[in-house]
Amino acid sequence: MRGRYRILLGMAAGVGKTYRMLQEGHQALDEGEDVVIGYLEPHDRAETMSLADGLEQVPRLHVLQSGLDLMEMDTDAVIARKPQLALIDELAHTNATGMRNEKRYQDIDEVLESGIDVISTVNVQHLESLNDAIFELTEVRVRETFPDRILDEADEVVLVDLTPEALQQRLRAGKVYAPDRAEAALVNFFRVDRLSALRELALREVAEDVESRRVAQSLDPLSRQAVAERVLAMVEPQPKSQRIMRRAWRSAQRLGSEMDAVWVRPSGREPTAEEATQVAALRRLAGILGAHFLEVDGDDLVATIRRVAAERGSTYIFVGTPDESRRREIFGGSLLSRMVRELPGIDIRVVASRVDRDRLSP
Amino acid sequence: MTALWIVLAVLAAFALGLLLGPARPRFRKPKPGTRRILVPFTDGRLDSRVLDAAIRIAHAEGSTLVPAYLLRVPYQYAEDSPVTDEVAVALPLLEAVENAALRAGVPVDARIEKGRTPTHALRRLWDVEHFDRVVAPADPTIRHGFTMHDLTWILEHAPAETLILKPMS
Repeated sequence: MRGRYRILLGMAAGVGKTYRMLQEGHQALDEGEDVVIGYLEPHDRAETMSLADGLEQVPRLHVLQSGLDLMEMDTDAVIARKPQLALIDELAHTNATGMRNEKRYQDIDEVLESGIDVISTVNVQHLESLNDAIFELTEVRVRETFPDRILDEADEVVLVDLTPEALQQRLRAGKVYAPDRAEAALVNFFRVDRLSALRELALREVAEDVESRRVAQSLDPLSRQAVAERVLAMVEPQPKSQRIMRRAWRSAQRLGSEMDAVWVRPSGREPTAEEATQVAALRRLAGILGAHFLEVDGDDLVATIRRVAAERGSTYIFVGTPDESRRREIFGGSLLSRMVRELPGIDIRVVASRVDRDRLSP
Repeated sequence: MTALWIVLAVLAAFALGLLLGPARPRFRKPKPGTRRILVPFTDGRLDSRVLDAAIRIAHAEGSTLVPAYLLRVPYQYAEDSPVTDEVAVALPLLEAVENAALRAGVPVDARIEKGRTPTHALRRLWDVEHFDRVVAPADPTIRHGFTMHDLTWILEHAPAETLILKPMS
């Protein structure tokens, strides 16, 4: 039987993931379990290293690469040792060239397959799907990534949390890096604003993981029907509609719901060549996203959307930022206020361009 | 009395201006360019230096940038299968590329295309859309992205002027 997998997730180095992993190892040992350290990242942190005392360490492999003596986990030795629980640090680590697996999470998979329980650690910035968000936040491109499915497939994902201020205190006290490196870190990666954003990402990942497990495990089919969501993206033959569909799809994924995209075509008007190209591109995107693309005729946009939403059972509508003049808003009623009024019981989200956020800066 | 009429006329003009004027200060959005520059990429990455170069070219030429993420559909799945995991990787990357272009004042019209291989996806895109230039990233030092074989294929088959950009190592 495959072993149980528990992942300790943190926002950044120094929050105490390895420390927590070793604490849990000691606790399991005290409870009579056979525990080994499969791999412990040598961070030279005194508190952490002293906590490793009393736990058996499986000898690491020495690998010579480009004149460097690198240390890697000896996966075969861990499996041959057959403990009940193995503690394996840094699952996103890239192994030295020539190792059987390219990544440590693949080594961990082999350990789990042999029936050994594993506790491992990772920082949120290594999550593959967040790579670009992390780059935008921190201006640091993280090279060592791991696929999102690793978190999905783990039996438990536990957040090891610390406030940004507390982490900075730990840095200043030399508990994370040596003093010279800590000073540089404090003004670069470990700034409060960046740590806050990373913390938010880590919290959100764990919250979504908990939510997906809760919904998957606890709801019977009748309850699922009651909370079922269906997303509808309102698109036009314009480049910005690609973004509306992408954002709608991401929300649909989070909600575990079906998604429709609709273009309300003005009655009796043939699309121009440019519009036809854009509609074809939207249709292809819908196919890739597994969404349903609808093209309906109508002169009254809101009334048509109301009809489509009723037919499709939509609960959540995505619409682009309306480009309306004040005159039209006053004399014709704004699109959004009409939607709110005429689509009761349906959530409406206006999709903006993130670039427009630059205008918020003073 | 005349003064009263003048005051009323000024107030009326002011009110009319409020009604007919723009709702808020307009943010200058890039107008679509007449030429289209395709920047295809795959495997969850696009080197930022290549992106910067493509944006500069689009800016200089007044073109629309079309970043296109090429998804692979493994052979064990039907060609029209939704590839959710890869899409989840592609979307944030595409959004980041789109934002970078818009910030630079370059109009952008992003795409996702899928195929058995990146070049298969590219051929599908070329079949249905017109491009004036193709800017393809090359980085032989990494294990992802276009292979040398792919790049050769692009140079041989691209229906437009093609530029292969190699990031500085």
